[in-house]
Amino acid sequence: MSAATLTPGTTDRPSARALPRRSFLRDTRIVLVRELRPVARDPFSLLFGLVQPLVFLGLFGPLLAGSAGGALGGDVWLWFVPAVLAMTTLFGTSVTGSNLQLDLSSGVHERMLVTPLSRPAQLVGRALKEMVPIVAQSTVVLLVMLPFGLRPDPLGAALTLLQLAVLGIGVGSLSYALALAVRKQEWMFWVVQQTVLFPVMLLSGMLLPLENGPAWMRAVSAVNPLRYVVDSGRASFAGDLASSTVAWGWVAALATAVLGLVVGVRAMVRSAD
Amino acid sequence: MIRTHALTKDFVVSRTRTVHAVRGISLDVEPGELVAVLGPNGAGKTTTLRMLTTLIPPTSGTAEVAGYDVVTHPDRVRAAIGYVGQGGAGGAAQLVRDELVTQGEIYGLGRRTARGRAGELLEALDLTEQADRKVESLSGGQKRRLDVAVGLVHQPSLLFLDEPSTGLDPHNRANLWEHILRMRSAAAEPMTIVLTTHYLDEADTFAERVIVVDHGQVIADDTADALKAELAGDLVTLRVAPQHAAELAAVAERAPGTRSVRVTTDRAEGTVEIRIADGPGATPGLLRAADAAGLPVSRVDVTRPTLDDVFLGLTGRSLRENAVDPSQADPSQADPVETSTDRTSDKKEVPA
Repeated sequence: MSAATLTPGTTDRPSARALPRRSFLRDTRIVLVRELRPVARDPFSLLFGLVQPLVFLGLFGPLLAGSAGGALGGDVWLWFVPAVLAMTTLFGTSVTGSNLQLDLSSGVHERMLVTPLSRPAQLVGRALKEMVPIVAQSTVVLLVMLPFGLRPDPLGAALTLLQLAVLGIGVGSLSYALALAVRKQEWMFWVVQQTVLFPVMLLSGMLLPLENGPAWMRAVSAVNPLRYVVDSGRASFAGDLASSTVAWGWVAALATAVLGLVVGVRAMVRSAD
Repeated sequence: MIRTHALTKDFVVSRTRTVHAVRGISLDVEPGELVAVLGPNGAGKTTTLRMLTTLIPPTSGTAEVAGYDVVTHPDRVRAAIGYVGQGGAGGAAQLVRDELVTQGEIYGLGRRTARGRAGELLEALDLTEQADRKVESLSGGQKRRLDVAVGLVHQPSLLFLDEPSTGLDPHNRANLWEHILRMRSAAAEPMTIVLTTHYLDEADTFAERVIVVDHGQVIADDTADALKAELAGDLVTLRVAPQHAAELAAVAERAPGTRSVRVTTDRAEGTVEIRIADGPGATPGLLRAADAAGLPVSRVDVTRPTLDDVFLGLTGRSLRENAVDPSQADPSQADPVETSTDRTSDKKEVPA
């Protein structure tokens, strides 16, 4: 058994009287870095999130091309790949609340709440982390699709990834907020997540064009932010960067992010009792 | 270090039902004390601790911790205290060392200082070999030592331990306590420790002061020895031939300091159990009196009381009956005391 070497003076003792300098940005960075560590150490864990989009590309893409009366080629990919990236974002970030559920059921979340770490920063740091898997996974999908004839506008593709990352902050925050809201009935998390996920996905025109759907579907999809992001991605991939479609995509992504952060921070601040 | 006045906490369960978990606790803990809060599940221990650590606000009353009010200056309190909760502090996918460094940074240490402090703690708590392993790969005892290390990163002058050794085997419990006490004696300033436990021997062995809580109130508060002497008394057990038992009991009744006498006999032997203030001091006198009355005692046992005897004396219930209840999974819901009319329905009454 080793002797304790805890002589006073070997470390700066944060005095109980003087509060250490606190800044929201520093706290957010601490949370972000902590959340990213397991991802950075094991980047291949991100591959699991790629199985599902690749299945859609491989098994749904040909059906789509067939029903559109053509063969798989550049145009179909320009329409479908941005949607698959949005789908990856949606699926990946909407389940992230389950990570927080683990920390809620162990003592990790409680430990953080007893420290002076800013509570809003505990949500924002986690939400910002969502950008990393989105960008990494989307990049892999794009690279995989290049040999199959995908030729997006390079700047448009890059801006789409950025827009999806912003959307992911919002969806991730909402997922965390959900985890916090149902922390006393954990199973509710998956009920709500699944119930919301599929309507949002189908009403975004992600898989099939909404233009052919009934009027009520088009009306409902008008209030679905994901629809604007999907449309924006398609316009961007096609190089139509100056269009209002892209502008509306940014409005929807930013609005989702702001809404998510507000709701998430409120849930986090009230998460102790 | 801690000063509370008439602290209460109600949980509103539904429109018609309110659980009064803590019902007016006033405490005064001086710097450097090692205090155990003892009580059955549902007594209000954990709820009290959660108020003192700023996790939940009190319903009424005041609490000052490390010089600051928990409601008006929670950040000051949080910066000053260390907390080892019932759950594990380390994230499963995180490396042991990283968690300690992060914790140091949270308390305002620079990255380099935090790394140095993490190294010290890893060594002091025998976790150096596990430093670069994931938390999920640690054994139960190692995880708990990590929890303690996380709570001590910023060298707090006040450490809260919420059931620190629950779930550990006796060897790991002893080992954990060895580390806790060594960290305490190595601290630069006197370290105050407040722990909750339902292990009676733990409170008995390590705490300098025992606060017994039941139904959300403090029902006793003293050193373990004083509580035992005052509230329970020693148990002297004398064995005699069965035909002499009743007569010996009468002799024992007259002895100075006797509180109660109980006789049981079977065909082979009579047993006289005497609750008495000072067992070791009174036994020679008891034996002389028995000899003088012509009652030859064949065997003597003197048992010092346990804290369970104290609790039994105070409440008529045994702490052991309620002691191990792993169903308290959700810490926020732990320790409820029902004040509706069926309050005793979920408590096991032990016939006295």
